[in-house]
Amino acid sequence: MSKINSAVREIHRIDEIALKDTWLVGLHPLIKVLVTIIYIVFTVSFSQFQLEKLLLMILYPAILFILGEVSFREGIKRLRIILPLVCLIGIFNPIFDKREVFIFSDFVVTSGMISMITLMIKGVLCVLASYLLIATTRIEKICYGLRQIHMPAVLVTQILLTYRYLSLLLSEAGKTWQAYSLRAPGQKGVHVKAWGSLLGGLLLRSMDRASALYESMTLRGYQGEFHYSNTITMRWKDVVYLIIWCFIFLVIKYI
Amino acid sequence: MHMADALVTPAVGTAMYAVSSVAALYSVKKIKLEDDPKKIPVMGVMGAFVFASQMFNFTIPGTGSSGHLCGGMMLTALLGPYEAFLTMIAILLIQCLMFADGGLLALGCNIWNMAFYGCFLGYFLIWKPIMKKKMSKNRIVIASILGCVLTLQFGAFSVTLETLLSGVTALPFSLFVGTMQPIHLAIGFVEGLITAAVLLFVYTCRPELLECYEREEESSKYSFRKILVVLSLCVLIIGGGLSLLASNNPDGLEWSMERLTGDTELEEKSSAGIWLEKVQEKTAIFPDYSFKKSDFVMGTSVSGIAGSVLVVILCIGGCYIFKLFHKKTKKKHTDITSV
Repeated sequence: MSKINSAVREIHRIDEIALKDTWLVGLHPLIKVLVTIIYIVFTVSFSQFQLEKLLLMILYPAILFILGEVSFREGIKRLRIILPLVCLIGIFNPIFDKREVFIFSDFVVTSGMISMITLMIKGVLCVLASYLLIATTRIEKICYGLRQIHMPAVLVTQILLTYRYLSLLLSEAGKTWQAYSLRAPGQKGVHVKAWGSLLGGLLLRSMDRASALYESMTLRGYQGEFHYSNTITMRWKDVVYLIIWCFIFLVIKYI
Repeated sequence: MHMADALVTPAVGTAMYAVSSVAALYSVKKIKLEDDPKKIPVMGVMGAFVFASQMFNFTIPGTGSSGHLCGGMMLTALLGPYEAFLTMIAILLIQCLMFADGGLLALGCNIWNMAFYGCFLGYFLIWKPIMKKKMSKNRIVIASILGCVLTLQFGAFSVTLETLLSGVTALPFSLFVGTMQPIHLAIGFVEGLITAAVLLFVYTCRPELLECYEREEESSKYSFRKILVVLSLCVLIIGGGLSLLASNNPDGLEWSMERLTGDTELEEKSSAGIWLEKVQEKTAIFPDYSFKKSDFVMGTSVSGIAGSVLVVILCIGGCYIFKLFHKKTKKKHTDITSV
């Protein structure tokens, strides 16, 4: 199933990108999470008529794409999931909001048109910011950062375990689908008769796997929390990185 | 139904983060109280399973379209509300970071819209009340469809409210709601059917994995009425039937006395003993396990049954007098991995 295969490929690709030895990858994960969230908050806080200021916010992803040596094409690919929904909601703005803002060579630019463009730009910038975070920070490091700000261990463990078993279960789901499609050639989806048994079988196997996993974790000394072999300490360059970006965002917003 | 960052303002995003965090912290507290480390890997693997299962397209007969599994409702039926809620948070965060499905600022909204309603409302309003009395195939189908439809309706309505409160769309409220709700009604119904199919499969193969199952089974397995019926049958068979086949030979004590004195009974010589013997002869309803002054064969059966009934009455009466019966206390949820 191409959907499953592409999801597995996506996970492996992001993992490979995040393993690159760049300056940006070496930054403290918590700082990168904080800067990303601050950037998103600033981006979405611009009103629909602050289009020129919003365009200046492109600076952040542009610099990060260069510093992190991240493929811009890959970033754009990720817009395919969320952008249609944003467009669907934004497309109604020119229809329902017809207040005239200015006339550009006989073409009446309405408030709805501007708000639709603003919404789309915001959508693109936020997705790119999230992508740059995950492309330069492995999920294990993000979880490490989250633990440092005292996010409950049980929740962080969930994120780690779900992520670790994701590619494995996706591969298993892919095999299940392949086996099913070989028995039912030319069929688009799973037939109603096989709804329960197909997923139910996968579910029971997953449950058994979880039991085995717990036993093996316990044998290796698991006591409710994962331990990290390398501790990541906060350095001056991390703090400076945070301050610089906050300063830039404030300048764009208020000046 | 995943919301993008562009659709929420910082104020709405922060507010939804706050309410979702309260629910998450409460769930963490509950899980800590349960203190069952076995559940942690199950939650992790189940999160990955939901993710993988959502990649399957299920053909909807007669429509040409397809649907996929409703994660929240299925997880809450398998793991319980608190565990399911945390698992859903992990899924939503990974979807947001790895696949750009939903935004980081909108994560609070997405947790609320999809995880909170699916796990908490789905469990406490639908699954638990329906399964409280008895778990059956029909009940599972009803709970799955009702749960998915209801939680998706709540979720879709919340998306509408959050988007409108953020002021990013010029769509009128009535039109937005009028578009969102019917679409999600159909989606909810299909997702409910798929969820029901999976849960029915689990119910057939490993019912102990489902939440509320053990409680239902335990109550029926050890119900007072059932025990009483079984014991009464035993009394009728043993006391009324098998007693007729009882051996005429003396028991151990009588046998010993016969060897020593030549008789199975000792002759009473004291005046008190003679008086008590007379009282016993007058009061005994079934002397020597038979009717008084009669050799009718059924006397043994009747005396066996009557004696057993009297013992039961005495025991139950004694338990009530000394307050040995306790009110039923609620059992804790089943341990999923112990099976």
